Amino acid sequence: MARPVRFNVHPIKADIKDNISLVNMPEGYTGEGFFATQLSSVVGLARKNSLWPMPFATSCCGIEFMATMASHYDLARFGAERLGFSPRQCDLLMVMGTIAKKMGPIVKQVYLQMAEPRWVMAVGACASSGGIFDTYSVLQGIDQVVPVDVYVPGCPPRPEAILDGFMRIQDLVGAESLRRRNSEQYKGLLQGYGIQ
Amino acid sequence: MALTNETIKERLIAKFGDQLSHFEEPYGLLTFEAPKEANLKVMQFLFDDEELRFQFLTDLTAVHYPDQAGRELAVVYHLHNLTDNIRLRLKVFTAIDQPDIFTATQLYSSANWMERETYDFFGINFVGHPNLKRILNVDEMEYFPLRKEFPLEDQTRIDKDDAMFGR
Repeated sequence: MARPVRFNVHPIKADIKDNISLVNMPEGYTGEGFFATQLSSVVGLARKNSLWPMPFATSCCGIEFMATMASHYDLARFGAERLGFSPRQCDLLMVMGTIAKKMGPIVKQVYLQMAEPRWVMAVGACASSGGIFDTYSVLQGIDQVVPVDVYVPGCPPRPEAILDGFMRIQDLVGAESLRRRNSEQYKGLLQGYGIQ
Repeated sequence: MALTNETIKERLIAKFGDQLSHFEEPYGLLTFEAPKEANLKVMQFLFDDEELRFQFLTDLTAVHYPDQAGRELAVVYHLHNLTDNIRLRLKVFTAIDQPDIFTATQLYSSANWMERETYDFFGINFVGHPNLKRILNVDEMEYFPLRKEFPLEDQTRIDKDDAMFGR
């Protein structure tokens, strides 16, 4: 008996009406033929919906991240279509996995190579706190070498958790001042890590 | 005629006499102890002898026995005769306040990194090693982490207390 093979000869026309998620307009004044708003909210809107993540995956959380990137969970839905594998192009450093003390300076170097504005997300228990590896060779949380914006708990976290962490980053990016890098608090924070 | 543990033991005793001690065969693996000054002579003999031909160093590591005064550190060599597929284990003991052992790098090239690792974790000073520095741990580390007096946990943490984490 022949195998039943189905060909996609009668494809269903995609219904794009009310089926594409659009970003809401920022607050502003609308009139006939014009819309006025703050430049900062437009820039924030653009930044948060076109983040370029830099994956720094060293262990099992990296595998979960691969699932997050792939079609089922699809990180691209959040505007992060393009994963950059060069830190110089990226805005978001995602550290996933155990960071040994010997790896610490490398994480810091990758962070330093990223251009401002930049954000850091620690995914999983190991990157956040050393996790189960309470031992002499493992860095007890990457916040010992670089400042971290969002911590995602879990060992490893599910892809939904990573996506949730990503959305927290988006909230930060959208709401933050465009000139964050000039603020005293931010300068002090970097100074605390011996950067600049 | 295949090489057996008995033959190896007879050849070794005929050559070195009562210098070698503690002959055992746990799980069929011939194990014995040599004085630390003689480690190279024993290995050279095992390497060169036309019958024994232990020409491959499988593993080299150390063990710390804090209760054995004067012989706290044991350096363990696993040798392999690839022709007859026979292995043996050679142990050398040293005092912890002067952990000097002759390097085996001239005899077995694979000893280079394994001796660096043993130095890294146990602080064995391999005399004559071409590049004796840390290989796995960070260069700034100032102790030998696998010695028993050092706790496993990272001591820089203050948020993990004994009540919650059993430390």
